[in-house]
Amino acid sequence: MATRADWLLALPLLLPLLACAATAALQSHRDLQRGITAITAVGLLLASAALVAEVISQGVIASQMGDWPAPFGITLVADLFAASMVAITALMYAATALYARGDADVLDNEALWHPLLAALALGVGGAFLAGDLFNLYVWFEVMLIASFGLIVLGGGREQLDGAVKYAMLNLLATTVFLISVGMMFGLTGTLNLADMARRIPEIENQGAVAAVAFLMLAAFGAKAAVFPLFFWLPASYHTAIAPVAAIFAALLTKVGVYALIRIVTLLLPEGHAWVAPLMWFLAAGTMVVGVLGAAAHWEIRRILSFHIISQIGYMIVGIAIATPLALAGAVLYMLHHIVVKANLFLVAGVIRRAGGTFSLATLGGLWRRDPWLGLLFAIPALSLAGIPPLSGFWAKLFVLKSGFDAGWYVLAGIALATGILTLYSMLKIWMEAFWKEVPEGTPELPPITGATRWLLLAPVAGLGLVTITIGLWTEPFAAFALAAGEQLASREAYITAVMGVIRP
Amino acid sequence: MEFLLALLFGVLLSAAIYLLMARSLARSILGLLLLGNAANIAIIASGRVLGWAPPLVAPGANALVADASNPLPQALVLTAIVISFGLTAYVMVLSWAVWRGKGTVDTEALRVAEPRGLPAADPRDAAEAETLAADLLPTRTGAR
Repeated sequence: MATRADWLLALPLLLPLLACAATAALQSHRDLQRGITAITAVGLLLASAALVAEVISQGVIASQMGDWPAPFGITLVADLFAASMVAITALMYAATALYARGDADVLDNEALWHPLLAALALGVGGAFLAGDLFNLYVWFEVMLIASFGLIVLGGGREQLDGAVKYAMLNLLATTVFLISVGMMFGLTGTLNLADMARRIPEIENQGAVAAVAFLMLAAFGAKAAVFPLFFWLPASYHTAIAPVAAIFAALLTKVGVYALIRIVTLLLPEGHAWVAPLMWFLAAGTMVVGVLGAAAHWEIRRILSFHIISQIGYMIVGIAIATPLALAGAVLYMLHHIVVKANLFLVAGVIRRAGGTFSLATLGGLWRRDPWLGLLFAIPALSLAGIPPLSGFWAKLFVLKSGFDAGWYVLAGIALATGILTLYSMLKIWMEAFWKEVPEGTPELPPITGATRWLLLAPVAGLGLVTITIGLWTEPFAAFALAAGEQLASREAYITAVMGVIRP
Repeated sequence: MEFLLALLFGVLLSAAIYLLMARSLARSILGLLLLGNAANIAIIASGRVLGWAPPLVAPGANALVADASNPLPQALVLTAIVISFGLTAYVMVLSWAVWRGKGTVDTEALRVAEPRGLPAADPRDAAEAETLAADLLPTRTGAR
């Protein structure tokens, strides 16, 4: 019989799976598709909230599919980190689905939008809950194929161009991941992550483990857009339509970061001294390259795309230091970043709607025309730069504090400097798009009115509220992140939950 | 046998990397196909070549025969083949759409999303580079 934990772990996957199938079958019934997506969004939020509540009260929970005992069957497992990621995926699904109702680019292609969005949520949620490496690979592919469909939605030439680079480099990365999965299986004789974690210390040839783990980290690093493997991201993200770019920016790279954190904390906790310096180098490079790339561009979406990269660097800082506090910082940073980054891409879509372009040279005067839009841009923008009392401040504080505590002064210094340059980029968008007078020759567009305005701005305002809530009422979020960091650092609870206590 | 598989893996991998570095999109896709097959060989070799008998439990018996092959890597490879097939089909359609729109699959010519002249020091130069890249294009296929 399926227990409560089984249902809680399966529901976040079942709901989008059913939604994907139903909306794909009902492509000519727009209203039904919309209804299904709305119901799924609410259901997914409730299911993931229940999952988080269960994990908070019960600790790590695991479920063996088809009652095949681990490590032989498929395992779904959720600790605090995974559960919170599932919850935030549900939030992103709801926010982008609502925004899309007012987005002209989506409305032209709505028949495909609903099933693809559900498939993306399915792949992302599956990757967060997967308890074995091969299923992680399969969920990555589910996510990838859905994202392939989404990135060309709208059918612009520019999009085809971006999609080629996105598809080729991501396929290369997943195939490298598959090779590393095969080799890790050859070394340990298992695919289950918890079982693998117990067997790796017993392997005599730790050099081979290091080589295969390095291959795996390279694959996840490419997925997470880590320096020097980030090229596909600024080449493609800015071509996607606004809600697609928002959900990509929020979730896809973070699945890569999630996998990096999982692999490093679970499989390489000790005896591999090369991990920390490697992560140091990756974190510093990612932060610096991302923020400098953003400073050099004058198109809102390009700036935001580069900022995804620089922010990934902060999460890698958490992996590099790997103390419970640093891992808590990485968790909090991911939660904050997903909300803020999706919000900024959604606002960028509204800016384009109001000003007719993403190019800062031809934008202007938006503050005078629409102060609410300015306010809704300012919240995530200042949060991204880490201005108190918004969520970004606390996330950065966690990461920096762990850096100073562990004596990693140079890395913490780079993180601080990156924060200042982030503020520069956000001010640049503010000054050019909102504050400057309208440049001559720019046609005046009619203001966004009526239901469209509400549909576009409601999710933006909602995500802004989440940012402010994390900023002003930090304590429960901080406590949650600290508990998640402890869980990641100790890994005992995870292994016990999956393998049970009977097996020696 | 493992040695032969390892050798095959190496050959496939190097051919794949060589093709992936080509400028032509068609060659890159062939490279991806070879890389996917190299991964399959890696999985098969990692599962060890234990024997040649099919991994089926005979009626009445409750264990595999002594020289049965390892079924798990075969199941993994089967999944991987299907996924690789689907994704390759997508990339082929994508490159066909690119070819139809631009008349070329030379990756050096695919500069629409990343036009020359970017990043620029002046916002007006940046905007001009973007519009220049957009103007060179044939009309969009989808409604905007």
